[in-house]
Amino acid sequence: MLEIENLTVEVGGREILHDLSLNVMTGYTTVLFGPNGSGKSTLLMTIMGFSGYKVKSGRIILNGEDITHMPVNERAKRGIGMMMQRPPNLTGVRLKDLVRVFCKGNVDTEKVAEDLDMTRFLERDVNVGFSGGEIKRSEILQLTAQNPCMILLDEPESGVDMVSIEKLGSKVHDLLQGPSHCAGWREKSGKAALIITHTGQILDYVEADRGYVMCNGTVACSGNPRELLQEIRKMGYNECIRCKINRANIIKENI
Amino acid sequence: MVSNDEKRAKEALKKQAKFGEDIDLEEYDEGSRDLSELESLEDLPGDTKSTMLDSGIVPSEKGKSGNFLLMDNTVVHSAVMGSGVEVMPLSQALKVHDWLRDYMWKGVQPDSDKYTAETYLQKADGYFIRALPGAKVRMPVQTCLLLKNRNTKQYVHNVLIAEEGSEFEVVTGCATSKGVEKGLHLGISEFFLKKDSKLTFTMVHNWSEFVGVRPRSSIVMEEGSTYINNYVALKPVKTIQTYPTAYLNGPNAVCRFNSVAVAHPGSMMDMGSRAVLNAPGCKAELISRTITTGGTVIARGQLVGNSPGIKAHLECKGLILSEKGVQIAIPELEAHIPDVEMTHEAAVGKIAQDQVEYLMSRGLSEDEAVGMIVRGFLDVGIRGIPDHLKAEIDKILQETDVRGS
Repeated sequence: MLEIENLTVEVGGREILHDLSLNVMTGYTTVLFGPNGSGKSTLLMTIMGFSGYKVKSGRIILNGEDITHMPVNERAKRGIGMMMQRPPNLTGVRLKDLVRVFCKGNVDTEKVAEDLDMTRFLERDVNVGFSGGEIKRSEILQLTAQNPCMILLDEPESGVDMVSIEKLGSKVHDLLQGPSHCAGWREKSGKAALIITHTGQILDYVEADRGYVMCNGTVACSGNPRELLQEIRKMGYNECIRCKINRANIIKENI
Repeated sequence: MVSNDEKRAKEALKKQAKFGEDIDLEEYDEGSRDLSELESLEDLPGDTKSTMLDSGIVPSEKGKSGNFLLMDNTVVHSAVMGSGVEVMPLSQALKVHDWLRDYMWKGVQPDSDKYTAETYLQKADGYFIRALPGAKVRMPVQTCLLLKNRNTKQYVHNVLIAEEGSEFEVVTGCATSKGVEKGLHLGISEFFLKKDSKLTFTMVHNWSEFVGVRPRSSIVMEEGSTYINNYVALKPVKTIQTYPTAYLNGPNAVCRFNSVAVAHPGSMMDMGSRAVLNAPGCKAELISRTITTGGTVIARGQLVGNSPGIKAHLECKGLILSEKGVQIAIPELEAHIPDVEMTHEAAVGKIAQDQVEYLMSRGLSEDEAVGMIVRGFLDVGIRGIPDHLKAEIDKILQETDVRGS
């Protein structure tokens, strides 16, 4: 569904992503690990197409179409939807009015808001005075209304309290996988996700299929997400970097 | 015998106003004072009705306590439907209430500038609205000041009195008839709020790109009174300069001014609001939201603190949506004693790109995103607006072209 090919990205004149490649298959939930500053958010912002994230080389392909230089709303129309880490305040724009504008199809947003304990926020200005956890719930409410097929989540669990994480996790689950746990359904649903997580907490709620570890603006490793998380917890990211260098050396020696 | 006021007014006939470009009063004709009277606002022709609707005035008696319509310089309609309130032409009120002369020209000085002087000397008519002591007037009084004929100079003198313990609401729509290619409106409004009274006053301007406007308003407030002023100017105007001033003279008086304005290409808007806090415990909040799509807008605001324990906040925020547009924010705080809490916040600039892209990431086009942000920006300025007007204002807002040129 989503292919990132040799992507190099600059932010404010500084190269953040270097020759990065990864892909997310239809029906697959993919997790991104990596230390702070490794470029995870930059990758998601670049996929969404926000200005300030300048693609120097490489391509972003969505369902076979090159979207590397497409405007943000065109990407959204093609099914990309993102939960931002720090979305801007929209003073004067009420959450319910915003959701109403882009809500597609049969989503009962009032019910979703109720499930997320967000009903009282519908009358409030988007993100204004929201706590970290409230922002996450507002973002997931918006994403549910938007119902994208390529879902980008930037740390969905950060700042969310113990009680809300249940509600949020279940909505993330619904969004990604529909009501079914069946892997067959997931693949047919045509949805895919790329999720940044530090704690791995979100893995309790979604069936993650694949994990990538990002270090220094590129992919250091990939594999089973739960195994990767265990390794990272045990050994830290430095081990990932060392491992990557070792692998590179082995390849060189073999040549 | 020539009164002192008259003498001062005559001397001030050439006196330029402190703010705003000078308008040559000779260029305009006296507005007609002999238009025929109207039984009901519903008898007006369709295009006049729609012009009124665009300025928040519903040409109907339903749900209103009173209606008043001034065309050019003729009061063509004045009616009271509710109880506890008087609505009539000022000229008539002067015959009914001999005490009214004690209020006239006490809030606004006749020699403030050439516009007040001329309005004084012309003995301008206008509306007189008075809420009786203790009356809680349930439904709003609506008044409309309409420029009907080309090249007209409209003079207006309004007096509003909220007697002790009364509560009422007034909506004033100012508009220009279609096809009027030149006109001038000079309007004096004097408000007197007695002890513990409350007045919500909403003014919607729907002039045109050919009309000059010079309102002069003052609000004199006694102990415990509350004044809420909503000002909406989203349509084109040639030039407007206004700076209403509230004098909070009694303890614990509270005033709030909410203003929203759009300066279209060719519009020159110099608008402000001022609160003079003269008694302990008074509060004032002056909020303005202005946009330029090519015109010039000056957002002034002044708070004057003269008494201990007062609290006041001033906020001017402006968006520039066009390369040709100019925004000038001039907030002033003036304190004469130490025990005051006065703050201000001013900001001008373009729409934040991250906000636009955030909405675009939900699938909105760039134009839709900008429209939503702009309406949200203005919405903050009109949140105090009465519910019955919300739908009309929202409609005007939706129709307002906020694309920069």
